[in-house]
Amino acid sequence: MEPIRKHEGLVYPLNRANIDTDQIIPKQFLKRISRQGFGQFVFYNWRFDSKGELRNDFSLNQPKYQGTSILVAGENFGCGSSREHAPWALQDYGFRVIIAPSYADIFYNNCTKNGILPVKLTEEEVQTLINNAEADQYHVTVDLEVKKVYDNQGFEASFDLDDYKREMLLNGWDEIAVTLTHEGKISQFEQANG
Amino acid sequence: MRKPKTIIEKIWEKHIVHHEEGKPDLLYIDLHLVHEVTSPQAFEGLRINNRKVRRPDRTFATMDHNVPTIHRNVIKDEVSKTQMETLKANCEEFGVPLADIHHPDQGIVHVIGPELGLTQPGKTIVCGDSHTSTHGAFGALAFGIGTSEVEHVLATQTIWQQKPKTLNVKVNGKLGTGVTAKDLILAIIGKFGVKFGTGYVIEYTGEAIRDLSMEGRMTVCNMSIEAGARAGLISPDDTTVEFLRGKRHVPNGQEFEQLAEEWKALATDEGAIYDEQVEIDADEIEPQVTWGTNPGMCIPVSANVPTVDDANHDNEREEITRALEYMGLEGGEPISSVEIEHVFIGSCTNSRLADLRRASEIVKGHKVNPNVRAIVVPGSHSVKAQAEKEGIDLIFKNAGFEWRDAGCSMCLAMNDDVVPEGERCASTSNRNFEGRQGTGARTHLVSPEMAAAAAIKGHFVDVRHLSIPTPS
Repeated sequence: MEPIRKHEGLVYPLNRANIDTDQIIPKQFLKRISRQGFGQFVFYNWRFDSKGELRNDFSLNQPKYQGTSILVAGENFGCGSSREHAPWALQDYGFRVIIAPSYADIFYNNCTKNGILPVKLTEEEVQTLINNAEADQYHVTVDLEVKKVYDNQGFEASFDLDDYKREMLLNGWDEIAVTLTHEGKISQFEQANG
Repeated sequence: MRKPKTIIEKIWEKHIVHHEEGKPDLLYIDLHLVHEVTSPQAFEGLRINNRKVRRPDRTFATMDHNVPTIHRNVIKDEVSKTQMETLKANCEEFGVPLADIHHPDQGIVHVIGPELGLTQPGKTIVCGDSHTSTHGAFGALAFGIGTSEVEHVLATQTIWQQKPKTLNVKVNGKLGTGVTAKDLILAIIGKFGVKFGTGYVIEYTGEAIRDLSMEGRMTVCNMSIEAGARAGLISPDDTTVEFLRGKRHVPNGQEFEQLAEEWKALATDEGAIYDEQVEIDADEIEPQVTWGTNPGMCIPVSANVPTVDDANHDNEREEITRALEYMGLEGGEPISSVEIEHVFIGSCTNSRLADLRRASEIVKGHKVNPNVRAIVVPGSHSVKAQAEKEGIDLIFKNAGFEWRDAGCSMCLAMNDDVVPEGERCASTSNRNFEGRQGTGARTHLVSPEMAAAAAIKGHFVDVRHLSIPTPS
């Protein structure tokens, strides 16, 4: 996967809690057998009306958010179905970083396997970012090396990410190749346990 | 004296392949279940990197999400068909056993695992499906994974996992008559919220849990993920052992008896400490109905739909407003007054033989309300066959239900079983998210009994006070 070290981008605020993966990518788009091309379907039922026309009342469709690469959302982001099509769709649409107060476990893992950086900030920090991005076009920088999010107006927040996931993301490693360096131990385990 | 341990710690420790301070553990996976929707990209990844499936004998595949539940021989949807054919080709290429659409073992992956005895206490089980938590009912550590992790498990039979925190959900007392495992888990999520289990593995304990059948335990563990927990489990006991006795993939005779003792020894030790504990009283729980767009938005059938004034803060106000609008509800009306157009009895939560038996008892001798379209989708070929042997199919069919073939069906509407926009469904499935059963569809989660009663009445009704005059 593509490494991610430091990313500067336009923030898109989606001020809702408990956004489930059925909203991120509805089931009718899960039938494809490749990893590519899901971006066009991201938040499909919110972005498009029943005739397939773009909805003006959904903020992601507004001109000021075009070219966004940092999604900021409410708590428990990515809950529900384990579908990895959700991070694939977000990434293909252009998101490299997600910022939220909390995530569902499976979605959080799925992001880190695909070079998307899921950042956890406090409710207050997230609300500040959302307010700034709703008011105007708003850019922040996310630096994984020092685990900080900042803008050029004085906002700065630290975040945590375990060292293992951080290393994987910074280096874009193939996790299977890393695991296979432990091949001897896997075989040993199998011999001992049948 | 040895430190008392939870079953979660016991299973974890037995499966560590590699441990390094400050890093996730590398865990061995005993059983990997595979289905058509979340596996094609994983097999493709193996091919690109010239890798094999390490243990095809610990891998088992079926087709469930996409399959038609009617006219099986003609799959009209070309894209679905391709996905199923891809799974078949992948299983052949990599040597993975497959119960395909026409196989007698086919069914919803979380129904057939236990049915075949593949699911056993103490095992680590994964599947590219969030409802893998179902298998925790047997005292297995079972959780859903993404497609990258599916590829990782196929290639290495292991997975990197941060040791989870443990959460005891203790259910005191007994469930009342007519109150089911489904009502229990909905009430738990309603009380503690849709993310109280995030970062934890739940163990369900207490008298009401011990009293549940294996089917009931599966229903409870199934919906752990709707509380945010990747896995939920129940310590094995005699109920577990008796369910597994005679199943195809468990040993027989003395070997089984010995295994049964090992299984029961996995149960959480007296005095073991959990990171967190919550309690709920079973006797206070009524039959539940969800009113909103996540499973935590549920109320007793005797209650009124909440209004925005019930919100505790601004964000909750917005959430309730959005949910009421999507669901086409005013707020404040009795949930029992809400009329439905569809009933779906099925899904990995509630499509087992015991679920169908209980629902059929409600239906017996009655007719589906003329405004309602009702379907029953058995969880597996085998459930369907057994139900037909018992005449359960006839009870449903005579009442006006459609009797279908096995699959995930209207739980997520990937096949043709879709709830039309703006219409309302009483569903025994697990998610009432926006658009889950069809774009613009409105889902109310209930137990099989409550769904059956709603089918007959045309609106929600408390099954405990059901008096439906039998037509003469």
